[in-house]
Amino acid sequence: MKILTGNDLKSGDVVWWDGHGWSRDVNDAVDVGAQAEAILAREDAALRVNAGYAIEAARTAEGVRPSHIKDRIRALGPTVRLDFSLKPAETDISGWVL
Amino acid sequence: MYQYDHYDQAMVDARVEEFRGQVARRLSGELTEDQFKPLRLKNGLYLQLHAYMLRVAIPYGTLSSRQMRMLGDIADKYDRGYGHFTTRQNLQYNWIKLEQTPDILADLATVEMHAIQTSGNCIRNISSDQYAGAAADELVDPRPYAELLRQWSSFHPEFDYLPRKFKFAVIASDTDRAAMRLHDIGIQIVANKAGEIGAKFHVGGGMGRTPMIAPVIRDFVPALQMISYAEACLRVYNRYGRRDNKYKARIKILVHEIGADEYRRQVEEEFAHILPLGLEPPAAELARIKSFFADPGFETGLPETIDRSDPDFALWLDQNTVAHKQPGYAVVTISLKPAGGIPGDASADQMRLMADLAHDLSLDELRVTHTQNIVLPHVKKADLYPLWQKLDAAGLGTANLDLISDIIACPGLDYCSLANARSIPLAQKISARFADMDRQRDLGELKVKISGCINACGHHHAGHIGILGVDRKGTENYQLSFGGSEAADTSLAQITGPGFSEDGVIDALEKATEIYLAQRGDGERFLDTYRRIGMAPFKEAIYG
Repeated sequence: MKILTGNDLKSGDVVWWDGHGWSRDVNDAVDVGAQAEAILAREDAALRVNAGYAIEAARTAEGVRPSHIKDRIRALGPTVRLDFSLKPAETDISGWVL
Repeated sequence: MYQYDHYDQAMVDARVEEFRGQVARRLSGELTEDQFKPLRLKNGLYLQLHAYMLRVAIPYGTLSSRQMRMLGDIADKYDRGYGHFTTRQNLQYNWIKLEQTPDILADLATVEMHAIQTSGNCIRNISSDQYAGAAADELVDPRPYAELLRQWSSFHPEFDYLPRKFKFAVIASDTDRAAMRLHDIGIQIVANKAGEIGAKFHVGGGMGRTPMIAPVIRDFVPALQMISYAEACLRVYNRYGRRDNKYKARIKILVHEIGADEYRRQVEEEFAHILPLGLEPPAAELARIKSFFADPGFETGLPETIDRSDPDFALWLDQNTVAHKQPGYAVVTISLKPAGGIPGDASADQMRLMADLAHDLSLDELRVTHTQNIVLPHVKKADLYPLWQKLDAAGLGTANLDLISDIIACPGLDYCSLANARSIPLAQKISARFADMDRQRDLGELKVKISGCINACGHHHAGHIGILGVDRKGTENYQLSFGGSEAADTSLAQITGPGFSEDGVIDALEKATEIYLAQRGDGERFLDTYRRIGMAPFKEAIYG
């Protein structure tokens, strides 16, 4: 699946296109198919997202998993500060990241 | 310490208000991101992997307690309660909100700090020796010369759009504690045979994808011509440095491609042109700056003896303090590398504690080291024990300066959008694997440096053991190298061979330490043994 990510302009938070707006949770991301450029252009112009781009991902039993490790870490948060991550209760996140 | 005059303060205050307007225009949509990006970068604001990141300049690594306290307060007020001290003596906040950035800069300006020129293709923060003004082995305090360069390079209109970023380091002792020869320009303050003070210019060093050690371009430039010579060095670079390929745009490439002799010839020609123009700051300005760096009222007749009856304190004393030029004082390094910790990270509470300790016990001064530690430069020997007790209680008492767990690591893929692999987890695992302090002390001085990409912010080229993270088909892979140094015996590390997984590279590193222990001669560090016996025995042990 192809999903969209970017940053919230004001806060810088990593955000994911959920079909209606921008979510902080990668698991809300939806497949945008061939609409990536059109959505990004519209959302960027409306200042609802900053530095947006499309990535490949897969929907797994654990949720939406970006294909590249950089985007997985981006989705999760720093693996060395899980208290700031999407999975703060995890003690070992390496399986999901790697 | 240097204190802003009216002009310094007015420049910084004006910049804050200018950026406030730029941020407002970006938030209103008047500026696109493409238009805004170069403006925010000029103010140290990046958009990183998870959020905006603000890089705050700490000129030549020197801080007052008031400034350190403000850094801690900003971490609490605007970030997530911590900051990251970098390999260029700066501080980075990782979770900054764009809309709050002007307020952060305004707060910084109240303590004579800013984030100007901490990014972009301009002259960056001037780095220096963290022991400046305290070291027993320095010729003079290098910081007045670094400050003069700071003032010259701040908003220098001719050098605001160089082919690439540009980094200075200034030292004044033969013991290089600032990786001086691995900078675009490395200056050593020296004396000539007549006893006059001047600057020895090394030009064209650097790490990154093409590491080079800077050759000497001039042995002695009189102190009152240093700025003119620096101007000449930059002009030649600005004129001929490549702008068509960012990977070949640093001055090291120019010096290498035309040769040091030809570069020197052109610089001398430019210098001869500049010198009569009177661009050099007047001697009175250097004297004015020097007056801020006069010795800070050291007491005399202080006791030299230290009670070593607490064995843990004695170990810290031996490892983390060095001789001070003033009898009765010591220079203290506070390690930001606890076992399993994140190199260079300090919590807001830790920053405020270090500020308080500097205020009470170090004549109000702190230093940031390029190895991501903090120095209290002027501590009475009689105060060392109570100081250590307070540090230890706050998780700042690790006795590992220059040992295997005193690791430099860039933020890596955990934070950096340029990185290919994570650096911090490796540093954490290495420090955990070698957590036994007896084992660390037995290994002796062993500098491990880890970078998460070829940009080499973790100085892996200069590590006794260097590790470079790379992306191999979407997975992290780590190249191991041996034999680097950023000290006076500067050398570049050599790659051992094929890369490893995360656990594999730690196993390989451990095997290398075993070869060292088996083969070391009397008094040899890991680096010395490697230089004597070469790569082959290490390679055989690692790859079998």
